[in-house]
Amino acid sequence: MLKADVPELNKSDLLGFYRQMKLIREFERESERQYTRGNIKGFLHVYNGEEAIAVGAINTLRPDDYIVTHYRDHGQALARGMTSNEVMAELMGKATGCSKGKGGSMHLFSSDLNFMGGYAIVGGQLCIAAGLALAVQYRGDDQVVLCFFGDGAVNEGEFHEAMNLAAIWNLPVIFFCEHNLYGMGASSKETLVMWDSLHEMAAAYGMSRYEVDGNDVLEVRTLMQKINAEVRAGSGPAFVVARTYRLRGHSVADPADYRPQDEVSYWAGQDPIPRYRDWLTDEGIATVEDFEEIDASVDEEVVVAAEFGESSPWPESASLYDDVYTDRPTEGIPA
Amino acid sequence: MSVITYRDAVSSVLREALDEDERVFLMGEDIGPYGGAFAVTKGFWEKYGQRRIKDSPLAESVIVGAGVGAAMAGLRPVVELMTINFSLLAMDQIVNHAAKIRYMSGGQFSIPLIIRTVTGAGASVGATHSQSFEGWYASVPGLTVVTPSTPRDVIGLFRSCRELNDPVMFVEHILLYGTRGEAPDSGDFRIPIGQADLRRTGGDITLCGYSRMALVAEQAAEILAREGIEADVIDLRCLRPLDMDTVVASVKKTHRALMVEETTRLGGFAGELVSQVQEEAFEYLDAPVGRVAGAEVPMPYSFPLEQLAIPSAESVAAAARKLVNGV
Ligand SMILES: Cc1ncc(C[n+]2csc(CCOP(=O)(O)OP(=O)(O)O)c2C)c(N)n1
Ligand SMILES: [Mg+2]
Repeated sequence: MLKADVPELNKSDLLGFYRQMKLIREFERESERQYTRGNIKGFLHVYNGEEAIAVGAINTLRPDDYIVTHYRDHGQALARGMTSNEVMAELMGKATGCSKGKGGSMHLFSSDLNFMGGYAIVGGQLCIAAGLALAVQYRGDDQVVLCFFGDGAVNEGEFHEAMNLAAIWNLPVIFFCEHNLYGMGASSKETLVMWDSLHEMAAAYGMSRYEVDGNDVLEVRTLMQKINAEVRAGSGPAFVVARTYRLRGHSVADPADYRPQDEVSYWAGQDPIPRYRDWLTDEGIATVEDFEEIDASVDEEVVVAAEFGESSPWPESASLYDDVYTDRPTEGIPA
Repeated sequence: MSVITYRDAVSSVLREALDEDERVFLMGEDIGPYGGAFAVTKGFWEKYGQRRIKDSPLAESVIVGAGVGAAMAGLRPVVELMTINFSLLAMDQIVNHAAKIRYMSGGQFSIPLIIRTVTGAGASVGATHSQSFEGWYASVPGLTVVTPSTPRDVIGLFRSCRELNDPVMFVEHILLYGTRGEAPDSGDFRIPIGQADLRRTGGDITLCGYSRMALVAEQAAEILAREGIEADVIDLRCLRPLDMDTVVASVKKTHRALMVEETTRLGGFAGELVSQVQEEAFEYLDAPVGRVAGAEVPMPYSFPLEQLAIPSAESVAAAARKLVNGV
């Protein structure tokens, strides 16, 4: 791709994408550090290597569009505009987290941003995405729903249920598969018949389908702009498969020693951030100074987020019973 | 007061919801031109059209999941799972998502979703189609579980459920659709969620059930009355929230209690009732709290065997007699 291929983007837009990708990468580095220090507990699934997808895709949405995603959700949350502070605080289980510490890393939500949640039961969010799209259609609105999931989720029955429903009812939803070649530890080559032409699974639903280089932020963005416009105009659902790779293990607890070294090396060479940086440099859009400035501001933002999280208060004990129900307290109810 | 069937009661509150609230739509298997597996939505599709009455694919997970998503986006879906047996295929959406999104989002999203489904044994449809899982759902914080036993309760409870902003399992009983009862005239009539119904009073024993078993307990009380044993009969009406105050107050008066339910004894909901009674009223008890529950078998098809496996007025009366007389 050349600069001339994206005439609508100016330098500040293009550097904005770089900053977001870099922020996600550094945020994840910091979250791993905080995990090691014991400030983040439980599962932590980082997004390293897949940043171009969230940044490329989410930046094509309108503020009133909906996003649904899986448990590997920090990148999408940040790309949508959630603050590093509120995400980091949530990871730490603090009262200042986006969900007051009730959800944790795998369950980020923001009603202000129509970020409808990270879902940690593989495949479940596809059904919810279909329902959001159903609401859009029911009201006669023109939002789109962007639903992220992994290649592992394609094996779940809920994938089929949601794809069929969306197709038969012509719902405005984009099912976006982050195809990183692995579920948790199992290679999709061993578990998914269609692993090498995954987008073709949508043929069974008569759905528009696309494959894209998920490590190229501008490719993702360009494709998603086209798809969004079509879906918004009433074309019905679409299925997008972005080929990518996670540079770290499935979760922080995973040393990822089951992956062949040549595969790991190949994908290390496809790292979306250096690739984009090189492109910006080669196209004469950005200079070393530009990058230095952005990198420094990202580093500072991440340090501030970690300090914010650490210094934030724990949720009050009394909040244990808050928000189980909308209209009634749980406390005092024997059940 | 008019006398209507339980089925008519369900139909009428659904029509009322559709008429009153544009955000309400129905979604489920065969609820369109077919009219619903239990004929509850007969004529709906013709009247309200495809937009409001959505005949869904055979796909329980996405029926509930799409309901969850639509509810998050501000609609008020009423979805139908043909029977509670099939709800197992939607367990992920009900338990992992609908029940938890409000809490996990720190209160940012509510899920005003009513999931109607059908429970119960006794219809000669064999082991896979005769189960009573409402007690399982009652174990999930975030859900509200409602089990009406009469047309009046269907109406009063459904209207109250519509006023909630959280997911509800509205559990109808397969054998009750043809039963008749008085319907309240007023459109304002409501039954508060989490309020049990003392259906009959007597000083000797408390019989407590829900759904069809509340009616069976009432029949048992009639048998017992002929023998001079007077029973309080309580219909719980809701399993979560659970109105134990009514039950405990009754037991403090009668000093004896018998819990009746259709599902199996081991792991059943009645065990919870027994436990709470002994915690709250131990010193008032003149006998161990009893249970009558379904037999520990997959429900047999053959009619006489099936009858043996389900609590009956006679088996409840016999158990009550034993608690009162000691024999
Ligand atoms: C229904 C369900 N089964 C199993 C798991 C455990 N698990 C969590 S993530 C995961 C792998 C999912 O892989 P994929 O969908 O490709 O997403 P990725 O982590 O690669 O982004 C598994 C097996 C789960 N959370 N939910
Ligand atoms: Mg994967």
